[in-house]
Amino acid sequence: MNNVNYIGQTLKNLFSKPATVKYPFEPREFPERTRGHVENDMDVCILCGLCQMRCPTGAITVDKKGQTWAIRPFSCIQCRSCVDNCPKKSLSMGQQYQEPGTEKIEKKFDLSDKQKEALAEQARIAVEKAAAAKAAMEAKKKAEAEAAAKATEAAGSTADVKG
Amino acid sequence: MSSRSVIPFGPQHPVLPEPIHLDLVLEDEKVVEAVPSIGFVHRGLESLVTKKDFKEMVYVAERICGICSFGHGFGYCDAVEHIMDIEVTERANYLRTILFEMSRMHSHILWLGLMADAFGFESLFMDTWRIREKVLDMLEAATGGRVIFSILDVGGLRRDIPDDMLKSFLPVLDEIEKELAIDVKAFLNDSAVKSRLCGVGFLSAEQVEKLGCCGPFLRGSGVKRDSRKLGYAAYDDIDFEIITSDDCDTYGRTFVRAQEILQSISIIRQAIEKVPAGEVMVPVKGFPKGEHMTRIEQPRGEACYYVKANGTKFLERMRVRTPTFANIPALTETLQGCSLSDVPILVVAIDPCISCTER
Ligand code: SF4
Ligand code: SF4
Repeated sequence: MNNVNYIGQTLKNLFSKPATVKYPFEPREFPERTRGHVENDMDVCILCGLCQMRCPTGAITVDKKGQTWAIRPFSCIQCRSCVDNCPKKSLSMGQQYQEPGTEKIEKKFDLSDKQKEALAEQARIAVEKAAAAKAAMEAKKKAEAEAAAKATEAAGSTADVKG
Repeated sequence: MSSRSVIPFGPQHPVLPEPIHLDLVLEDEKVVEAVPSIGFVHRGLESLVTKKDFKEMVYVAERICGICSFGHGFGYCDAVEHIMDIEVTERANYLRTILFEMSRMHSHILWLGLMADAFGFESLFMDTWRIREKVLDMLEAATGGRVIFSILDVGGLRRDIPDDMLKSFLPVLDEIEKELAIDVKAFLNDSAVKSRLCGVGFLSAEQVEKLGCCGPFLRGSGVKRDSRKLGYAAYDDIDFEIITSDDCDTYGRTFVRAQEILQSISIIRQAIEKVPAGEVMVPVKGFPKGEHMTRIEQPRGEACYYVKANGTKFLERMRVRTPTFANIPALTETLQGCSLSDVPILVVAIDPCISCTER
């Protein structure tokens, strides 16, 4: 009776609960590492553009002038390369899968006001620093030139004495 | 003599979601000739090596096929690592072995289900795929993806898999082993299943050697050959025997695959026990220059990866010889003289992966 040895399993399957999750009535529980979609924390991003450079599909566009960060979710392959390469850890991988759509959209995010101010402040400090450095450099150059002039003068006078 | 007729099989056929087309020349119910044609899903992935840098190419290699994705990524990384003389750490090798065997498990379980579907045993099909889901859950927990793992990189693995997570897989493996035993028993002992598999698609050991077959198809005809014995990754340190069957028919191939799932479980257990601590990634500097060919054992058979690099960040050539490509001549051989009702079984028997074959 070899052809009945599976009946036990069949009956068990008939009377047990479905093996599938009743989606969408029951949400799916994702493991912690699931790569669903990319999220960016616009409070932390510094628009450095590294993610754009390291994205193999070119899904990310960083606009430094307009201060926006944009992703085309239908081009993203959830490879996690951008997340691994973000220097500020502002990118993270969300677990829920990308939502479907009828159009291949681009999602654009503005930098948060706080971060905009912070970046402006940083830029101002950088400009000031650069200006200060430039001034210091010029002063140094001037001093050196003066010292050199003095030295030649002194050398000239000693030569006079000797002559 | 009865008149001949030609029946097209595929590229869209209920038994196989993948696009292979066969022109079956029939005499009554008997197939006298089968002419395969492929080329429906060619995507030009090999030529992408000249446009993507060699590290980004890992993602492309993984996407050659959904089922053997880990193997493709591994074969590519292994070839590039050989060119660049990179020594992958022990831990990365062990973790790669574990992930590789898990993908072998899910591929073989998938195949068992497809086979059950091909001979019309639906409840067996559903049950095997229910079990497969547990393997996919483990893979998702470890890598974050169900079939595309994105964890491999030239130089090792991009993320470590913590030891406690590895340990948490052990009870799941026990469960899978227990549940699978029931299904395997049905596959190997059920008289209805046997009547559809035994004696179908007979190819002797000499024939499979001559036709250049590989993988479980080859071992199902009694040839003891498995590229894992070459000792790449951590297979050198792991104890396993090559599984063969002397049946030389579809039943023998089913036997080999069913036993290999159980063998994979044992390999994973050994690897989890032995996995050493340490880093999983070594730094990679510079660009590859030179060429290398790697052979690995994919779930479907031996695959070869040839990589040629010229010292820039773009490679010059990549070529993949996939197992299905090697097994298609054997498929046309077995189809000759079979009955029309056996065609789906014979096509599934080589575990065809057309996406791999065409790339
Ligand atoms: S790498 Fe990070 S910080 Fe830089 S632009 Fe991208 S998200 Fe912003
Ligand atoms: S996950 Fe990968 S594909 Fe998606 S945006 Fe990041 S780098 Fe690009």
